Amino acid sequence: MSVLIEDIKKAENLVHKKSSVLTDKVMHYCPGCSHGVVHKLLAEVIEEMGIQDKTIGVAPVGCSVFIYNYLAIDWQEAAHGRAPALGTAISRLRPDRFVVTYQGDGDLAAIGTAETIHACNRGENMVMIFINNGIYGMTGGQMAPTTLEGMKASTCPFGRDPQTDGNPLKITEIVAQLPGTNFVTRQAVHSAAAVRRTKKAIRKAFEKQKEKTGTSFVEVVSTCSSGWKMNPVDSNNWMEENMFPFYPLGDIKDV
Amino acid sequence: MSELRLMKGNEAIAEAAIRCGADGYFGYPITPQSEVMERLMELRPWESTGMVVLQAESEVASINMLYGGAGCGKRVMTSSSSPGISLMQEGLSYMAGAELPCLVVNVVRGGPGLGTIQPSQSDYFQSVKGGGHGDYKLIVLAPASVQEMADFVELGFDLAFKYRNPALILSDGMIGQMMEKVELKPQQKRWTDEEVEKMHPWATTGKPASRDYNIITSVELDSEAHEVFNNKLQVKYREMEEKEVRFETTDVEDAEYLIVAYGSSARISAAAIEILRDKGIKVGLLRPITLYPFPTKEIQRLGAKMKGILSVEMSSGQMVEDVRLAIEGKVKVEHFGRYGGVIPSPDEVADALEQKLIGG
Repeated sequence: MSVLIEDIKKAENLVHKKSSVLTDKVMHYCPGCSHGVVHKLLAEVIEEMGIQDKTIGVAPVGCSVFIYNYLAIDWQEAAHGRAPALGTAISRLRPDRFVVTYQGDGDLAAIGTAETIHACNRGENMVMIFINNGIYGMTGGQMAPTTLEGMKASTCPFGRDPQTDGNPLKITEIVAQLPGTNFVTRQAVHSAAAVRRTKKAIRKAFEKQKEKTGTSFVEVVSTCSSGWKMNPVDSNNWMEENMFPFYPLGDIKDV
Repeated sequence: MSELRLMKGNEAIAEAAIRCGADGYFGYPITPQSEVMERLMELRPWESTGMVVLQAESEVASINMLYGGAGCGKRVMTSSSSPGISLMQEGLSYMAGAELPCLVVNVVRGGPGLGTIQPSQSDYFQSVKGGGHGDYKLIVLAPASVQEMADFVELGFDLAFKYRNPALILSDGMIGQMMEKVELKPQQKRWTDEEVEKMHPWATTGKPASRDYNIITSVELDSEAHEVFNNKLQVKYREMEEKEVRFETTDVEDAEYLIVAYGSSARISAAAIEILRDKGIKVGLLRPITLYPFPTKEIQRLGAKMKGILSVEMSSGQMVEDVRLAIEGKVKVEHFGRYGGVIPSPDEVADALEQKLIGG
């Protein structure tokens, strides 16, 4: 007996639906990259909260520079590291809007450290999403502020040596100490359960914004298969074994 | 109601910003312009007009706050002095590339480096040739009085929004610090969010169902497409050169010699011209009010009748290059300047003209 596709396409059989906030553009990310998953979660949260018309996003410089091609909300593309400064002005001039910045580790924790710290310290009302994969992806695998000790990158080809290269920076723990942050959490998207927890964290960060009590900060420890020169499965395993001990998952601050 | 007041140039910037309905000021303290933000903080415009005033952590942050605010279609501004303006060049390049309007005030001090806190005009090249990376221009207004400091705030915003391009008021420590009579315009209303959405459909104001989402960006990886975009900028700059040149001439009808000078130097030169005319030397003044677009055609037209031209600047000779480009070698063009924070006296300017153009 043949089954017609129309017989299967029924509401009760629906197991997944693409968020209406996601565009139809094909993402440019490498296989195994965490960006695509986090983009999807962000789109779902915006859709589920019904705030597509009230959200203004700030895109970074780095692999996710083109996030504005994938989520159908108004976007501003910032200079490298400056997203929190843009977000500050957007949030103050349009306090009726949700503001979300999306940055990688080089952007948020190296070149933009001052903007990150001061926006969080002032308690600017915005969601900051921080993708930490310990490497510069877009420029081809250079050392990041969050590159682990001993981890190889093209500008520390024999592994990061704290004596010469400095130490990996736990910027999220620093941000958690600042009085301006109301929610600081570190999550990952390496398993179905972790994806669910990250979505909950992003949702909570956006819900927190309704209180107007400061910055809500979500770090997502992420993989970079191309930069790490591993396949996606090995990347996930490597992240669990090496990144999580130094960047432990969970809520750091919730006030 | 208009109001007649006595105040510093820096204070006039602050007063005019509130009165013209600016939405936001983001700045970082630096001498000799700190009175701008100090005055704004005293006036507390967030309680009257709703204008946001914020002291940022750096000039880098300030200019990027302007990017964010301008991206929302808001009238946002900053002020700084030379070293701080250097830090803003990245942001200005991005704003020109993203076609965002904003107003930046440079109360110039002597450089290079930390230099001095005394007045100078040595940021001319940085201001009129782009300043940051890439092919772009700023609209540059050069006030020569406290009144013009006030008036150019609104003019700067109007031009910035007309062309969706950053505008710069190129002042100096003398204009910023000196006190003069100034007529302040009556308070104007700020644009409402609804007005902004109607006037600036490109702005990121939150995507309604009725339109596609807006993207403010300066990135374009396709080089052919990026050349097309650059051409669009160039068309805009040619239009500015056609329509927005502003200048003032004094005593040029019978003049045999011409001084070209802007801002503080124009005022000093006006006094020098009185000294020279008392001696029977017929000198006129051309004062560029827009430094970009530069009054090239007027300098060509007037310059052709002259025996010699002197570019007077508080720099080692920057604008003189543009005067020479306008004159194309047809008339002798000399430069006189004091720099490093030194202000020339009218006597020095008069002597320089006699020595360099007439012969001692």
